[in-house]
Amino acid sequence: MSGASPVRSLPALEVRGLRTQFASRGGIVHAVDGVSFAIGRGEILGLVGESGSGKSVTGFSILGLVEPPGRVVEGEILLDGRPIGHLAAGAMRRLRGAQVAMVFQDPLMTLNPVLRIGTQMAAAVRAHDRVSRAAAWDRAGQALATVGIPSPRERLDAYPHQLSGGMRQRVAIATALLHSPKAIIADEPTTALDVSIQGQILAEVRRLADSTGTAFLWITHDLAVVSSLADAICVMYAGRVVERGPADAVIAAPRHPYTVALVGSVPSGHAPGERLPQLAGGLPPPGGDPGCLFRTRCPRATTVCATPPPQGDFGAGHTALCHHPVEHAA
Amino acid sequence: MNATALREGWAEYRRSPVAVLALLVVVAVVALALLAPWIAPQDPYNQAGLDLFDARLPPGETGSGGYVHWLGTDNAGRDLLSAILYGLRLSLTISVTAGLVALVVGAAIGLAAAYYGGWFGALAMRVVDLQLSLPAILLALVMVAMLGQGVPQLMLALIAAQYAYFARTAFGAASAERRKDYIEAALSTPLSGGRVLLRHLLPNTLPPLIVVVTVQIATAISLEATLSFLGLGLPITRPSLGLLIANGFQFMLSGRYWISVYPGIALMLTVLAINLVGDQLRQVLNPRRRR
Amino acid sequence: MLGFFLGRLAQAALVMLVMSVLVFLGVYAIGNPIDVLIDPAASPGQRLALIQQYGLDLPLWQQYLRFLGSVLQGDFGNSFVFRIPVLSLILSRLPATLELATTAMLIATLLGVPLGIWAGYRPQARSSKAIMAVSVIGFSVPTFWVGLLLILFFAVEFRWLPSGGRGPTGALGLSIWSAEGWTFLLLPALNLSLFKFGLLIRLVRAGTEEVMGSEHVRFARAQGLPERQVVGLHVLKNIGIPIITVFGLEFGSTLAFAVVTETVFNWPGMGKLIIESITALDRPVMVAYLILVVLLFVLINLLVELTYGFLDPRVRVKGAP
Repeated sequence: MSGASPVRSLPALEVRGLRTQFASRGGIVHAVDGVSFAIGRGEILGLVGESGSGKSVTGFSILGLVEPPGRVVEGEILLDGRPIGHLAAGAMRRLRGAQVAMVFQDPLMTLNPVLRIGTQMAAAVRAHDRVSRAAAWDRAGQALATVGIPSPRERLDAYPHQLSGGMRQRVAIATALLHSPKAIIADEPTTALDVSIQGQILAEVRRLADSTGTAFLWITHDLAVVSSLADAICVMYAGRVVERGPADAVIAAPRHPYTVALVGSVPSGHAPGERLPQLAGGLPPPGGDPGCLFRTRCPRATTVCATPPPQGDFGAGHTALCHHPVEHAA
Repeated sequence: MNATALREGWAEYRRSPVAVLALLVVVAVVALALLAPWIAPQDPYNQAGLDLFDARLPPGETGSGGYVHWLGTDNAGRDLLSAILYGLRLSLTISVTAGLVALVVGAAIGLAAAYYGGWFGALAMRVVDLQLSLPAILLALVMVAMLGQGVPQLMLALIAAQYAYFARTAFGAASAERRKDYIEAALSTPLSGGRVLLRHLLPNTLPPLIVVVTVQIATAISLEATLSFLGLGLPITRPSLGLLIANGFQFMLSGRYWISVYPGIALMLTVLAINLVGDQLRQVLNPRRRR
Repeated sequence: MLGFFLGRLAQAALVMLVMSVLVFLGVYAIGNPIDVLIDPAASPGQRLALIQQYGLDLPLWQQYLRFLGSVLQGDFGNSFVFRIPVLSLILSRLPATLELATTAMLIATLLGVPLGIWAGYRPQARSSKAIMAVSVIGFSVPTFWVGLLLILFFAVEFRWLPSGGRGPTGALGLSIWSAEGWTFLLLPALNLSLFKFGLLIRLVRAGTEEVMGSEHVRFARAQGLPERQVVGLHVLKNIGIPIITVFGLEFGSTLAFAVVTETVFNWPGMGKLIIESITALDRPVMVAYLILVVLLFVLINLLVELTYGFLDPRVRVKGAP
C-alpha cells in the first residue's frame, strides 16, 4: 500500500448497508443491495464490476443524485464519520462539490459544449464560495495547473470541443478538486480515453491522492486499471460486493469464482483499457434472491449456492462471499 | 400492420384519456359531416328555400319553416345548425382530399429523392426546403390570388402549400433506411429497384407520414377557414365554416354573437381534436418507444 | 468565415432571382392587366398606346427583363387602385406591421420561454400539463377565430379595449409612444402572438427536458450548483440557440400571419393592403409585396445563420477557414 495510511483513523468516506432500488413496470429492481465499504484519507478504492452491476448507482447514491424512479431505501453514508445520507436537499447541495465531488465517464458529455471551460469551473467555485467572478476564474486556473494542464489561463477561455479527450477529463478532475473535497467519486473516468493518456491520468490521480489526502472511489469495469492504481478493491456483482481486500491480494489470489473469471479475463501482457471479454451467461436481475447470484453462471455452483453464502476470511482484510471459494497454494 | 401491432398500438393510445376523447370527437364530427344531408333540418345551399324574414334569428326561435333554429340563423336566413353541418362536410371534403393528394405527391417526391439521390435528390429537396421556409398561408394566398376562387382552386392551393411537409418527412425516413446495409444488399441482387422501394423504403416512411397527414388535415381545415374568412376561399352560395364566421363577424359588434360563435366552436373543436389525435399518434408511432 | 458568408449571400441572391421569375410569371402572365387598367370605353388607339407604354407587346422574356430592371432600381410601378408608386405605398404600411409583429413576438417570448422552461423542468407537474394544454390550443386554433373571441370579450362584452383600428402614430410612424396607441395594439398583438407562444412553449420544453437529462447537468449538480444556476446557466445557454433561430425564422412567418390579424382588427398594415390588393386585382402591389416579403425572409434566414455561427462555438470553428 502506498501512502502509509495511519493505523485506524476515521475513514474519509464510509458506506454501510446501502440499498438503492428502482421501481419499474416489471417490479422493484435492487440495483444496490446492501453495499458497505470504507476509504481512508488519501486512499484509492477500486469498485469493480460489469456494467449493470450497480457500481455507478452506488456513486450516485452517495451524492444523493439518484433520479426517480430510483430511490435510496436504506443505508448510512458517513463523511469523516458524519452521517450525510439523510440530509435535506439544501444541505446535501452544499455538500456536493465541496466535500464530495464526482467525475464522470465521458468528458465530452459532462462538460457543456456551449460554455467556456472557465465559465463552468467558475460556476462550480461560486456554488460554494462567495467570491468575485475574477477570483473564481483565478481559482479555476490554479486548479487546472494542479492537474498538469499547460498554460491554464488560456484553457479557461476554450470551449470543451477545442480540447482533447484527455485534456477534458483533466478539466473534469480539476473541477472536482476545486474545493479540496474529502472524497472524489470517479465513475469510469478513463474508459473513454486511449491507453497512453489513461496512464498519464492514473499517475496524476495517484499523485493527487497522496499529496492532497483526498479519498478516491474509483469505479470501473476494468480490473487492469485498478490493479495498478487502487489500494483496495471491492468486486461488485448484481448489486452486492462479493469480494474485497487489498488490491494486490485480490488480483494475485482471487477467491470468488466471479473475481477469478474477471482476473482470468485480463489477458496476460494486457493492454490497460481493453474491455473485459464477456462472461458466459448474462447478469441476473438483482433482488429478492438470498442465494449467491453468480450461481447461474458459476462453474463451481452446487445446490447449496441457493442459500446465503458465508463470508470467507483470507487474512489482511481479504474476504469473499462464497460457498466454494477458490483455493490458492500458499 | 398486423392485428397484434394494432392492439398494442391501441393499448398505448388509450393511456391518454384526453386523446381518447379527442378521437371520439373526430369520429362524431366525421359522422355528422357524412350524414349532414339526412340530419340537417334545412338545405342551406338551396337559395330558394331561404327566407329573409328568418334572418339573424337568435338561438331557439322558431322560423317560418315551422321548426326551431337551435343555433339561430345567419344574415341570409340560413338555419345555422344546418349551415354548420354542411360547412363541416365541405371543409372536411376539401381538407381531406387536399391532404391525401399532398401526401401522395409529397411522399412520391420524397421517396424518389431518397431512392435516386444524386443531383436529382439534392435539387428536389432544396426546392422543398425553400418552400418550407415560407409560411403555408403565404403560399396559399399567392395561389388563390393567381388561380381565383372556387373549390378546385382552393384544393390546389392547399396541396401546393402542404406537399412539401410530406416530401421532407418521407425523404428523412426513407434516406435513413436507404443507408442501411440490407438495402444496399437488396439493391445488389437481381430484385428490381421498384420492389426495394415498395417493400422496404415505403413501409418505413409510413408511421411518420400518418402523423404528418393527421396534423396537416387539421392545418388544411384551419387554412381553408382562414382563406374563406379573408374572402379568398369559396363563393358565398356554398358557405364553409370560415365564411360563416366571416359573415357573422359584422353582426358580432352589435351583439348577435351566435352567427360567428357557433361555427367557430365547431371549427375549433374539430381542429383541436384532430391535433390531439395527431399528437397521441406521434407518441404511439414513435420508433424510439417500440422495442 | 468570409467565404461562408459570401456563399450564403450568393445563394440568397439566386433564391431572389428564381422567386422574381416565379412571381412575374405567376402574377403578370396570368390574366391581362390591360383589362383592369383601361376603361372599357377607351378607343382601340388609346388601348394600343397603353399596351406599348407598359411593354405588353414585347415577348415574355423581354417583359421580364424590363420588370427586373425597374425592380432593381426600386421601381415596382404604380398601384392600379391608389395611383401612387407601389414601393412608397407598401413602405408607408410597413411600420404598422413591424410594430405589430415585434410586439407579438415579444409577448410570445416573454411568456413562452419561462412557461416552457417550467414545463420541461417539471414535466410531470399538473401545472406543466396545463401549460402544455394551453400550448396545443395556442397553435391549433385558427388565429382569426381567436381574434374574434378576443374582440367579443374585451371589446364587445367588457368594453375595455377598442375592437379595431390603430391609435395615433408618432416618431418613425409607430403608435407605441402613447397609452392610447397601446390600447389599440394590445389585442391584435396578443392575437398574433398566440401561435408562436404555443410553438415556443413546445420547443423550449423539449429543449429543457433534453438539457435537464444531460450528463453535463448531472455533472453541474454533482458540483453542488444550485438549481437556479443549473437552469440559468446550462439550460438557458443551451436552449438559447434554437430559440434565437426560431425567433428569427418565425418573425418572417409572423409577418405573413399578420395578414389575418390585420384583417380581423382592421389594422392598417401591409397584410391588410395585400388582401385588399388581391380582391381588387391590384397586380403591382401584389408583386411588390411578394417580392419584398420573400426578400425579408431571405435576409432573416441569412441573419439567423450568421447569429447561429456566433452563438454556437462548434459551428464557429467549422465555419472558420
